[in-house]
Amino acid sequence: MIRSITKQKPLEEIMGLLEGRERIFLFGCGTCPTMTHTGGTAEVLAMKGELQARMKVVTGSLVIPVACDNLTEEALQQNLPAIRESQALLIMTCAFGVQTISRFLDIPVIPALDTLFIGKEMGPGLFQEVCLQCGECILGETGGICPVASCHKGLVNGPCGGTNNGKCEVDRNKDCAWTLIYERLQKQGRLAAMRKYQPEKNYQVEPKPGKTLLDLERSGS
Amino acid sequence: MTQSFRKVLQSGAFVVTSEIGPPKGTDVTKMVHHIEILKKKVHALNVTDNQSSVMRYPSLGGAILVKERGGEAILQMTCRDRNRLALQADLLLAYSRGVSNVLCLTGDAVPVGDHKTAKSVFDLDSTQLLRAIRTLETGKDLGGNSLEGKVEFCAGAIVTPEARPLEPQLIKFEKKVECGAEFFQTQAVYDLDKFRSFMDYARKFPVKILAGIVLLTSAKMAKYMTENVPGIFVPQLLITELANAPKGQALQKGIEIAARMIRAIKEEKISDGVHLMAIGREEVVPAILQAAGVQVERPEEKEAET
Repeated sequence: MIRSITKQKPLEEIMGLLEGRERIFLFGCGTCPTMTHTGGTAEVLAMKGELQARMKVVTGSLVIPVACDNLTEEALQQNLPAIRESQALLIMTCAFGVQTISRFLDIPVIPALDTLFIGKEMGPGLFQEVCLQCGECILGETGGICPVASCHKGLVNGPCGGTNNGKCEVDRNKDCAWTLIYERLQKQGRLAAMRKYQPEKNYQVEPKPGKTLLDLERSGS
Repeated sequence: MTQSFRKVLQSGAFVVTSEIGPPKGTDVTKMVHHIEILKKKVHALNVTDNQSSVMRYPSLGGAILVKERGGEAILQMTCRDRNRLALQADLLLAYSRGVSNVLCLTGDAVPVGDHKTAKSVFDLDSTQLLRAIRTLETGKDLGGNSLEGKVEFCAGAIVTPEARPLEPQLIKFEKKVECGAEFFQTQAVYDLDKFRSFMDYARKFPVKILAGIVLLTSAKMAKYMTENVPGIFVPQLLITELANAPKGQALQKGIEIAARMIRAIKEEKISDGVHLMAIGREEVVPAILQAAGVQVERPEEKEAET
């Protein structure tokens, strides 16, 4: 399952954002932030303690099952009295959750987390970026490993000179995507795919901000 | 427009290039000094482009200074800091100012440099930059639009003969050849047997290969490079040789080693030439070349004499 990978902002930054606002309602999320231990029940509870230790009033807290889902509106409705008494909503979800909550309430939203990347859990506690939503998928020619997301430089025509024993020049703990691609294509007897020249990418497939409107009638649904 | 470096490459002469690094700031005195002492000693001088992702005076500015002082410049262009509009625009400026040799590089990663929070560009990669040059030469830009006035470049790239693993680098090397690279300057090589076997492979391609020689200034530096720089391996024998040099004589020993390697590469015709990098010690390059018994002859000088 695709995950939104987050990291908690430094407490000083959070307290700075909350300056002048004394009554705070706390939100967490039961999905990705629970998995990454950045906005699950335990973390929301810990944040409550931090706020109270700094003389803030915590008007209530809620760990929404899937903060980015539209059902969030119902969860908010059920907690409206306490939320309405608050001067700020401190939100321990990814940016998607923050934006979803902000759509339904007119109270200032303060993100407690920074969203790092959209990734996948590759092992216990290990999350890796898998897709940048570039709009021009080349996975068919790279053995199912994405160099746009997994190579530091997003190179599409092979490794740079900074690769070393399968590791990346920016961090020896990170794999060189092109070494992985090479090994996989070699195993599959498909090195010819790596020899194919990839022309310059189209970075405007869907010009920012992304927005598409399906013609549902024409597609027959 | 002069194409003297391409002529040198095609002449069959033993090609010698070296490189200079622009200053951090506007005081170009030292760089100009390096240009003056090197311009007659080598066929062309690379000018590095925000090397190691450290912001500096631009490579194109340095390359223009080389031209203005009668030298031949190889403009290093990385893909890290400019998108395809900026790269093409700089190529137009370069050509209009007589800078017609370009070395196309990916560029080091932003986080290794001195502006660690900057946005990395990499809109193009080194193969695509080579292709962009060849496209501009047809009178069109990458957007397919016609250009007023022509451009013509002698384009090169780099290759790491001792990369681990090697095959992915060789696949990219071949892509660079297909994209129009005419010459290659290699990552530093110290083991001539290994370099010979790389050349056995590389000779199959219609390109000129210049062996990269980085001046070793101490045993510590040689060890550091082996442990930290991807694709550079200084054999223990050379490290010991440097370590055994009398106190204060390590640099002299490094000059001797570089000269010995250049002489061997030339006499045994291992590659088409050398690219000498004396990072921070540019003033000793003439001494290395003299000790190696290498004297360059630049085509325009020959023409001037006749």
